[in-house]
Amino acid sequence: MTDLTTLTIAELQGGFRNGDFTAREVAEAYNAAVAAARALNAFTVETPEDALAAAAAADQARGSDGLGALAGIPLGIKDLFATQGVDTTSGSRILKGFKPPYESSVTANLRKAGAGMLGKLNMDEFAMGSSNETSAYGPVISPWKRGDGSNAALTPGGSSGGSAAAVAAHIAPGATGTDTGGSIRQPAAFTGICGIKPTYGRCSRWGIVAFASSLDQAGPMAKTVRDCAILLEAMAGFDPKDSTSLDLPVPPWEKNLSSDLKGKRVGIPREYRIGGVPEDINRLWDQGIEWLRDAGAEPVEISLPHTKYALPTYYIIAPAEASSNLARYDGVRYGLRETVDGGGLDGMYAATRAAGFGAEVKRRIMIGTYVLSAGFYDAYFTKAQKVRSLIKRDFQQAFERCDLILTPTAPSAAFGLGETTDPLAMYLNDVFAVPASLAGLPAMSVPGGLDGQGLPLGLHIIGRELDEQTVLDAGLAIEERAGFTARPEKWW
Amino acid sequence: MSVNTDQVRHIAKLARIAMSDSEVEALVPELNNILGWVEQLAEVDTDGVEPLTAVIANPLRLRDDEVTDGDRRDAVLANAPDAQHGFFAVPKVIE
Repeated sequence: MTDLTTLTIAELQGGFRNGDFTAREVAEAYNAAVAAARALNAFTVETPEDALAAAAAADQARGSDGLGALAGIPLGIKDLFATQGVDTTSGSRILKGFKPPYESSVTANLRKAGAGMLGKLNMDEFAMGSSNETSAYGPVISPWKRGDGSNAALTPGGSSGGSAAAVAAHIAPGATGTDTGGSIRQPAAFTGICGIKPTYGRCSRWGIVAFASSLDQAGPMAKTVRDCAILLEAMAGFDPKDSTSLDLPVPPWEKNLSSDLKGKRVGIPREYRIGGVPEDINRLWDQGIEWLRDAGAEPVEISLPHTKYALPTYYIIAPAEASSNLARYDGVRYGLRETVDGGGLDGMYAATRAAGFGAEVKRRIMIGTYVLSAGFYDAYFTKAQKVRSLIKRDFQQAFERCDLILTPTAPSAAFGLGETTDPLAMYLNDVFAVPASLAGLPAMSVPGGLDGQGLPLGLHIIGRELDEQTVLDAGLAIEERAGFTARPEKWW
Repeated sequence: MSVNTDQVRHIAKLARIAMSDSEVEALVPELNNILGWVEQLAEVDTDGVEPLTAVIANPLRLRDDEVTDGDRRDAVLANAPDAQHGFFAVPKVIE
């Protein structure tokens, strides 16, 4: 029999419906793959019984009208989605042991479509990081190795590093991710898979552990563009429990997928040609332009003049929102509690937060608290919100001249764990991803090729707000032409 | 603008994070590095620009003012580090 873990979600859907295999066989194959891949440290909790229960329901419903789109598909779930009765820690010590009494809207949608859960996926603490090294569980190890025989452990990227590693290593056919400033797209690029962040408001944030609420968006990570479309359709949708949820129907993205880009203009932003980017990445970008031209699109040069201010804007707004959101971790209602003799309530707050948060989270809470404090609010926070308006305006003006934008996903391939220790250098990983986040736009990473070391590189497509379809279509056009089939050699 | 050890101690107090002197001292240059970098925003002309408040235009909805949830005390308390008599318990506040 074929190895079920190498199939795409579309292939699993088809094979299950045809009766080529049962949902139980799929769940068992993935449960075994998960258990055999613990060296990757991709999962924080394994839930094989959950995957089996969903498979049993799918096998029973097969052939009936009630069969959901994801019946018989087991998925990995990033550890910041609240999952009823299953540990949800957001990669943090401070949420150790937290078992939500409720289910996030996105995972509830996936379950309603018939999906099962393989387990919870490791991530940077509270999604703050680009390498998975801030996780309280230790970093996820990328399944990829450099071609120089050095055997160095590489990062899968972050913050959705567990999701990316699980899909790349064939231990989950698809996974949920979240993206605040690149946390779906950069890990997708580092591991040679696809990932899309939809328009802000497409996926409900209810039940997702909050980092920066004006930026956080959930999205799927999977092997192919089609699989991303299938998963996003199931995840998205209006939710009255999230005040920023968009009350719009979910388009049939998968059914409408087309790699024919005739009549589309693809914008190439000149400000994204920055120094210090390896030649392999710029060469892939040029190749991507040719692929989209081949698909019928017309390349046009565009300008996004405030691009260089996007990262500093993000590193005011995101920490400010985080410092406010993370104020809820006080040792009273859930998670860790540390007390100090004679320290009273205030002492308990401070001791709990000192023991529960890691260094990067503390750093960002401190920055956020500072930029929101009396006397500095206007100079930092209001200023950043104004620059954010200009960044959004840049995109609006650019989209008068083009229908989509193509850039590299990240300024480097995956780096080694422990190689980047300076916080500012780490932040630069998201230089190409953050502008679209600040503007709330849909954006996707698709694998384009390998660098000289044999590591994957991604191409990044940004679309108009609510135009996920063009983003997915362009992704498909690239996927068809790139012929990216490289997979990491199994060492785990 | 830059911060010194006293200011970092003050920010840590506002953020309710206990910090040793050595942690405070280590954070001073780190925070100053980041603050120095974000201050490049000062060179952007934002005169007459409104701060962005909603990234995707989406009018705030109102719902009917009626109870839609509740009566779940045990579920709410289930994760508490210390729950007593149906309440969250905390260290003594009033002597």
